[in-house]
Amino acid sequence: MQHATIEKSIPLMAIITLVLVSIGGLVEIVPLFFIKGTIEKVEGMRPYTPLELKGRDIYIREGCYNCHSQMIRPFRDEAERYGHYSLAAESMYDHPFQWGSKRTGPDLARIGGKYSNQWHQAHMLRPQNVVPESVMPAYPWLAKNALDYADIDKRLRALSKVGVPYTEEQIGNAKQDLMAQAMTGGDPAGLTKRYGNKVPKDDFDGHPDKITELDALVAYLQMLGTLVDFSGYQAQTR
Amino acid sequence: MHQTSGPKPVYDYDIVKYFTIGAVVYAIVGFLVGVILALELTFPGLNADIPYITFGRLRPLHTSAVIFAFGGSVLFATSYYIVQRTCRVRLFSDFLSRFTFWGWNLVVVLVVITYPLGLSQGKEYAEPIWPIDLLITVVWVAYFINYVGTLARRQEPHIYVANWFYLAFIITVAMLHIVNNLAIPVNLTDSYPIFSGVQDAMIQWWYGHNAVGFFLTAAFLGLMYYFVPKQAERPVYSYRLSIVHFWALSFMYIWAGPHHLHYTALPDWAGTLGATFSIMLLLPSWGGMINGIMTLSGAWHKLRTDPILRFFIASLSFYGMSTFEGPMMSIKSVNALSHYTDWTIGHVHSGALGWVAMVSFGAIYHMVPRLWGVAIHSTRLINLHFWLATIGVVIYIVAMWISGIMQGLMWRAYDSFGNLSYSFAETVAAMHPYYLIRAIGGIVFLAGALVMAYNVYMTIRGANKG
Repeated sequence: MQHATIEKSIPLMAIITLVLVSIGGLVEIVPLFFIKGTIEKVEGMRPYTPLELKGRDIYIREGCYNCHSQMIRPFRDEAERYGHYSLAAESMYDHPFQWGSKRTGPDLARIGGKYSNQWHQAHMLRPQNVVPESVMPAYPWLAKNALDYADIDKRLRALSKVGVPYTEEQIGNAKQDLMAQAMTGGDPAGLTKRYGNKVPKDDFDGHPDKITELDALVAYLQMLGTLVDFSGYQAQTR
Repeated sequence: MHQTSGPKPVYDYDIVKYFTIGAVVYAIVGFLVGVILALELTFPGLNADIPYITFGRLRPLHTSAVIFAFGGSVLFATSYYIVQRTCRVRLFSDFLSRFTFWGWNLVVVLVVITYPLGLSQGKEYAEPIWPIDLLITVVWVAYFINYVGTLARRQEPHIYVANWFYLAFIITVAMLHIVNNLAIPVNLTDSYPIFSGVQDAMIQWWYGHNAVGFFLTAAFLGLMYYFVPKQAERPVYSYRLSIVHFWALSFMYIWAGPHHLHYTALPDWAGTLGATFSIMLLLPSWGGMINGIMTLSGAWHKLRTDPILRFFIASLSFYGMSTFEGPMMSIKSVNALSHYTDWTIGHVHSGALGWVAMVSFGAIYHMVPRLWGVAIHSTRLINLHFWLATIGVVIYIVAMWISGIMQGLMWRAYDSFGNLSYSFAETVAAMHPYYLIRAIGGIVFLAGALVMAYNVYMTIRGANKG
């Protein structure tokens, strides 16, 4: 076929273009949903608790991903600095993923448990108070703003529609579980029953009487990278 | 204004004027936000604890303003200008033309309001919340209909090469935008994407890299294929090369996304595929650069007197440079060093400022006198803009090369005892001088854009008086 034939016909031009630009995406994306081992089999992954989920929403609202990655690469220096390299399984419930693309600040994939709640409170209030070299802006409003969690059950419901395995019981008790984790009521035993006994219940923001946005964000940061049990994990060739 | 043998077609230049003015305004907004961000990293606390202008909320505003508001306006303006002149017909529908203008600008306004409020999908370059995504889709469909409708009524048998690139850009961006933004809404502002984790990452960078590949490359190559031959008054160097590199570019670019995910939890096979195609992409990319630069064969002397042509040739040179740098950075061992560092930021800006913005400035300076029917207010000011832009870009990318490579080396440095040499905080402190230099580069580049705005304003004012 002469190229002149194509360049005289809009349908030919448009259809050939559409076919050509579709191939690469189909080959690279579709298999990820079907090839076994793309997401490793691991012990310990669970959906976010309602409080952690709200914290994650705030993480996205503030655009933390613009400066922080959540993806540790399999290099010696990253292992020493941040811990075990990240697994695909660890972000399987992340809608959207937050791997990031830039480290203006350090990676946060395993920040959970590295610092105390008090450190995070001080850091969010004025990062330079605890890390003098930091170029991070301060987030004083997080400790002031009451957390708005009126629609938390709707959020769990929406996530269950896209494949996060929240049970009806978890969705129905979302508000109770959120309050319980921030230690301002609810039913702590129920939270443990629904999300496991590793879930920390704490006054994350240093204000025992209220649930603030800082409660949610710190609860989220403190669980990052802590779920998977690496003691029994065997790396497989993928 | 336009000479034809038959009856003179009545082109719709008003819509091109609107988008051109939009492009000039959004250039300044986008660059200014960039400068503010550069200064925020240099002088932390500059946002004075105001949540709406923290780095995290403002950075998406910068990227969206320069890519979609500035770049988008340039592409609407130039595609509407080129498709009319190369088809020798008026745009398909005046209503659709105006619909795309007001629709696109409504998108921009909504973005400017929502991002500072923290309303974001949390996916890079795809931050607009779901109602804005729907609006973008509607505007894009209108654009497609208007563009193809115009092509269908063309008075020329062949579709000119510039239009192939614009058509590929419109089709591919529609596909990328729709797939990457599939989400379940929670309420009017919030939603959760239907994909998660590794699949979401792959789809996001399939989108993200091809926002670069089709929005910022293919479409601007279309622009180049019209304006460079026009400004040089020479035919395109090689018709055959334009065919080969168009199809090769369209096919290969779409594969390159996974090079953003080397050494992550994305399976190796996908990263290897992405890197392979990224390296091969050098050929069609340079095909376009060579075709553009060689169009000046026999007209090189014009560079001495024509600052617009200088913009075009400089932009093609930056295009050639960054499409060499990109494939190099997609090699896994290079990427291991460059990923997560400022080197990536430098690379993006050598493409975005050096190629996209410079070729756009050339097109704006070419179109404005023809649209308003008067000579440009000042050629000397175009020349001044050219040097401000060039110097600004060079300062910017050199600062980012140094800081990026330094950052990467410091992260992996070990002392003689086998311990990490630097804490992360020490590497942050080491970046400070380069962040300052980068901000200066950005300010110089912004100053150039202000010169352009003044020149365009005076030209239009002169036309209205005349």
